[in-house]
Amino acid sequence: MALLEIRNLHATVEGEEILKGINLSLNTGEVHAIMGPNGSGKSTLAKVIAGDPGYEVTGGEVLLDGKDILEMEPEERAREGMFLGFQYPVEIPGVSNTYFLKAAANAIRKHRGEPEVDAAQFLKHVRERMELVQMDESLLKRPVNAGFSGGEKKRNEIFQMAVLEPRLAILDETDSGLDIDALRTVSHGVNALRSDDRGFLLITHYQRLLNYIVPDTVHVMVDGRIVKSGGKELAEELEASGYAMFEEGTAA
Amino acid sequence: MSASNETIEQVTRKGYEYGFVTDIEQEYAPPGLNEDIVRFISAKKEEPEWMLEWRLEAYRGWLEMEHPDWQKVRFPPVDFQAISYYAAPKAKPKSLDEVDPKLLETYEKLGIPMHEREALLGVERPEEEKPEVAVDAVFDSVSVGTTYQAKLKEQGIIFCSMSEAVRDHPELVKKYLGTVVPRKDNFFAALNSAVFSDGSFVYIPKGVKCPMELSTYFRINANHTGQFERTLIIAEEGASVSYLEGCTAPMRDENQLHAAVVELIALDDADIKYSTVQNWYPGDENGVGGIYNFVTKRGLCAGKRSKIAWTQVETGSAITWKYPSCVLKGDDSVGEFYSVAVTRNRQQADTGTKMIHMGKNTKSTIVAKGISAGEADQTYRGLVRVNPTASGARNYSQCDSMLIGDKCGAHTFPYIDIQHPSAQLEHEATTSKISDEQMFYCQQRGIGTEEAVSLIVNGFCKDVFKTLPMEFAVEAQKLLEVTLEDSVG
Repeated sequence: MALLEIRNLHATVEGEEILKGINLSLNTGEVHAIMGPNGSGKSTLAKVIAGDPGYEVTGGEVLLDGKDILEMEPEERAREGMFLGFQYPVEIPGVSNTYFLKAAANAIRKHRGEPEVDAAQFLKHVRERMELVQMDESLLKRPVNAGFSGGEKKRNEIFQMAVLEPRLAILDETDSGLDIDALRTVSHGVNALRSDDRGFLLITHYQRLLNYIVPDTVHVMVDGRIVKSGGKELAEELEASGYAMFEEGTAA
Repeated sequence: MSASNETIEQVTRKGYEYGFVTDIEQEYAPPGLNEDIVRFISAKKEEPEWMLEWRLEAYRGWLEMEHPDWQKVRFPPVDFQAISYYAAPKAKPKSLDEVDPKLLETYEKLGIPMHEREALLGVERPEEEKPEVAVDAVFDSVSVGTTYQAKLKEQGIIFCSMSEAVRDHPELVKKYLGTVVPRKDNFFAALNSAVFSDGSFVYIPKGVKCPMELSTYFRINANHTGQFERTLIIAEEGASVSYLEGCTAPMRDENQLHAAVVELIALDDADIKYSTVQNWYPGDENGVGGIYNFVTKRGLCAGKRSKIAWTQVETGSAITWKYPSCVLKGDDSVGEFYSVAVTRNRQQADTGTKMIHMGKNTKSTIVAKGISAGEADQTYRGLVRVNPTASGARNYSQCDSMLIGDKCGAHTFPYIDIQHPSAQLEHEATTSKISDEQMFYCQQRGIGTEEAVSLIVNGFCKDVFKTLPMEFAVEAQKLLEVTLEDSVG
């Protein structure tokens, strides 16, 4: 059984259809990349899977570990093991990163019928995970994303993922706005978390990220549809030829 | 309506936890107000003649005053002749051990320790770490008991009910009562001065740091009554004290009046921290019932380098109308005001502070956080005045409003009156909403909508909560959770 199974998914925002029949199957242990030009619906796909109420699903199915998740609230999906790394992480003033993460970890544990985290153990776990993304410890005490630089926000997303240990991580343009050093660090974090019981869906505009996180499968998305899927070499082809050939293809 | 708005509506529509009535035999003054009632109250409290005269003078002043109408709250006129101005349990205990168990049970239900060495508000900790908190419990018009009096007395600290103070420490009461809030200061202060019942009296002698938190717990129980609390706190040279008051009342369809006067006096190098967790019954979701909380609170930094800090967490009352203020008379004195006010359903609040700079190099800080939900309406009203004598005065003001849902209101009226060219003032103000993006972000991390609202609101209030004594900060956060539960929609 696939970890994530998307069947003929259609979605609209404010009446306009953005996703026009997406099919995708991702197994545990796999990393898939979705590439596509701006406006192709990549980020919409990420948000729809995570349950953003700003989008309306008009058809199709999304299964996580065989369970239909479209009727679930976003928090239930998260508790079932789904994590979305945001393209634009929001600020929550006055709420420390640690407090926020502990609330999240406890909500997930409660869902699984586990007791609340032990404060000391949790802090130890958090510190280990910080090293993974080389995040400064002072960021733990600072309010969630408040006053963080663009790069710090992206690192913070990967850090949160590392702490929460999801089954499925969807990373929406995690590479955008990162300089080369930060990109290396973030990629290192993701690679360290790759495992046989976890899957990744990377949303990216550029091939550059895939030099660091080598995907098993690459999907090309254009105008709300996946128009081609292939191995990691597909990304390199795209880098050489651009998206134009696919866009012409859909227009024809 | 967006998904988060719906959740927000549910969260702000939660019930009131302290709405029970204690079934106890009480005696009342007949409804209405006249000189005989003032005499009745004074006689009940076995007051000396000078106290009665003081009250009567206030009463006569009140007769000539008009109900103010400048505040941004709407309510039908209060019928001052329909209220009973005195209600008290019939039994008169001589000591805490003799207090009616029903009364003690009431405070137990409210989480207030009436036995010494009990933790406040049920906060659990190891025995040796339990902080001692002295409590004065005021039930309708009378104090039913004050804990730790003997221990405090060893250091010369007086902590007792106002009635006891009038009887046992007349020289102090005579010297200070009405010196910060004069009898005819305003309509409700005059009313209070005429009919005040109990409240607390605190005296910290020269150089003494009060070894524990002092607190007063106000409970309205009787119906058709008002509560007229009077509190006076004096910190002599170099003394310091932290004091907290809490308030609750039963759920009733009638509106009940709570008109208090609180006076603080800090002499040279003295430090008074006054915290309020106000959770009077706010009325139901249609705006029926609830307490009218019309309060005059003022502190006088009389001495050099003295400091007075007000912290208030206001979640209750149908109408709140109060401006805890500081008169910075001593050179280098400091005034602070930290406030979180939550209004929901049909609650209305017009609250803020006044900082009056008179001495040289005086400093004041104002941090006010207002949260409005449902159809509630909230106003911050603040005055910063720098008198011609106050060279080098500084003020920092920050007023932030958070709106939850789309039917509530938030207003800010900052008055500034500067009469010295060296004054430095800063004013910051923001208005925000809990955004759909913030809600989705929290939810995506597994945090449910109610917890997300509570988390975001607590973050918004953090600057104020961190100024509260720790036990009360915990309580304030819990209170906010309960208050906002179901207000998300």
